Amino acid sequence: MAETILEVEDLVKHYPLTQGILFKKQVGAVKAVDGVSFGLARGETLGIVGESGCGKSTVAKMLVNLERPTAGAISYKGEDITKLSGRALKAVRRNIQMVFQDPYTSLNPRMTVGDIIGEPYDIHPEVAPKGDRRRRVQELLDVVGLNPEYINRYPHQFSGGQRQRIGIARGLALRPEVIVADEPVSALDVSVQAQVINLLERLQNEFDLSYVFIAHDLSIVRHISDRVGVMYLGRVVEIGTDAQIYDHPTHPYTQALLSAVPVPDPQARAHRERIILTGDVPSPANPPSGCPFRTRCWKAQQRCTDEVPPLAVPEAFPSGPAAHPSACHFADEIRPPRADSLR
Amino acid sequence: MLLEVRDLHVEFRTRDGVAKAVNGVNYSVDEGETLAVLGESGSGKSVTAQAVMGILDVPPGRIAGGEILFKGKDLLKMKEEERRRIRGADMAMIFQDALSSLNPVLSVGAQLGEMYEVHRGMSRKDAKAKAVELMDRVKIPAARERVGDYPHQFSGGMRQRIMIAMALALEPSLIIADEPTTALDVTVQAQVMDLLAELQRELNMGLILITHDLGVVADVADKIAVMYAGRIVEAAPVHEIYAAPAHPYTRGLLDSIPRLDQKGQELYAIKGLPPNLLAIPSGCAFNPRCPMARAVCRTDVPPLAQVGQDRASACFFWKECLGG
Repeated sequence: MAETILEVEDLVKHYPLTQGILFKKQVGAVKAVDGVSFGLARGETLGIVGESGCGKSTVAKMLVNLERPTAGAISYKGEDITKLSGRALKAVRRNIQMVFQDPYTSLNPRMTVGDIIGEPYDIHPEVAPKGDRRRRVQELLDVVGLNPEYINRYPHQFSGGQRQRIGIARGLALRPEVIVADEPVSALDVSVQAQVINLLERLQNEFDLSYVFIAHDLSIVRHISDRVGVMYLGRVVEIGTDAQIYDHPTHPYTQALLSAVPVPDPQARAHRERIILTGDVPSPANPPSGCPFRTRCWKAQQRCTDEVPPLAVPEAFPSGPAAHPSACHFADEIRPPRADSLR
Repeated sequence: MLLEVRDLHVEFRTRDGVAKAVNGVNYSVDEGETLAVLGESGSGKSVTAQAVMGILDVPPGRIAGGEILFKGKDLLKMKEEERRRIRGADMAMIFQDALSSLNPVLSVGAQLGEMYEVHRGMSRKDAKAKAVELMDRVKIPAARERVGDYPHQFSGGMRQRIMIAMALALEPSLIIADEPTTALDVTVQAQVMDLLAELQRELNMGLILITHDLGVVADVADKIAVMYAGRIVEAAPVHEIYAAPAHPYTRGLLDSIPRLDQKGQELYAIKGLPPNLLAIPSGCAFNPRCPMARAVCRTDVPPLAQVGQDRASACFFWKECLGG
């Protein structure tokens, strides 16, 4: 196992809900992230999946320090970055960069591509001396598969896929070790998604990058990830290698999520077993007691209301593919379903 | 045949020239049948649907030719008055983004009831009762209590159910659903697609499903029309197209889906970018991105030719594509 480069421990982010204008008082909290832990090894890709509102993007923002956690620790090479400030924080941030979802809004329309990709050097001038920047930017354009002569163009002159390449080039500019990609392909056309995924994989090999890859497209996550974490209502409910999660899910939510994905094979229509969940995701401002999934779970019992299930390897499966952490009281009893949920 | 679109052409006048959004589209839907129109952004799939519904922005849009036969009558030759009676009542549309398609300052009950007030001349009270009935039908819990709520008080999935309820209100014979689940999460998407399929069966409606998701298509469609640069490049029953595509674009789309046995390998990617509608490549619009392109593809437009029972492909080399 390669060294752990990023370690997240019991991360919590609560947004206060206040009432009153003059005398504000806190009446509650939106529990966007409520105790998330995972590790990321060098050169590894950790996929994080979950539905909107599950807190996956908030985790991403905390990893790159755009949000300060309410509690918990994020250790980069053993150093807790949530405690850092000033110069030390700036140095760490250089090594953890982000690629955003929407290439249409995450690039400043009034800046040229060269200025956008070169802007990180204004903040971290030690990476590239002033005279060298133009060359660096052109190199980066070349690396992400764009013509280096486009350096003076503006974002609107590019298509969605090309803009996402610009966003990726900006993320690479400071030669980071970790890239947090929040839904990097979901705004792109189907025929262009594969190009960007291939680019990300190539860059990973070339620069020995570690990825935290956040997405809701489960087949893409499986393709790119070494390990996958499934989030629901601010918590990781199951985590393991891609094969463990996709072929032997032991958490009912993971099973439902996998079975709900439309399979691009009409032959499968007749004999697919689908679990259709009822209802919607509860509000993170008022999550259910006990297991967060119990309101939609078909296995829920009294115990699920009373006790929060810990994220632990099921006792019944000490080894084998089902031996990975799952936050369900009944993970022991769950018959891992057949592995045709994804081709 | 319930709906037949024949050789439809739609253009948009822009500052930079005329954008040819739809260039001779033919498709048809029968009662109880689901046609999936598959394509990327800019392929003309939504514009075709807007032309059928009669909600195209004119100008800048312009229908430059063709016929749209609905129950045998050409919609394009009808007076606006006549079309308005059909629209909403006999054909209805479900849009992608329910939040921006619903009126934020009217309660959902009022918006659902409006269908009955305008088209059926019902009183407000009767219309409200009908609205509750509709909300029950699309399985919105506690419909009676929620009929006075506003769109923002509902979740995304519930809002999409309200859109479906509105489309179904007058029991139309044709529904056009434009990316109805794209904005939804997968578990909610499954609920909504199930509901739509169930109601379609019940009312024996024709359904045109516009989407870019090959998975959704495989789940619900009877037949598929694949669009590229304003033309249909392949049309076929759903089973056949997935088993053996007859156009390199369809083939490319299917090949770029990540598959289990390709883990760790490079994904197949269609090279290049979708075309600019102001300057569609000469010959076959797909030729600059096509791995099979030859000289003839750059000069001649391949016709949508019969390549089997109920199958058509707009590729000169469809035989090769089917075979290899």
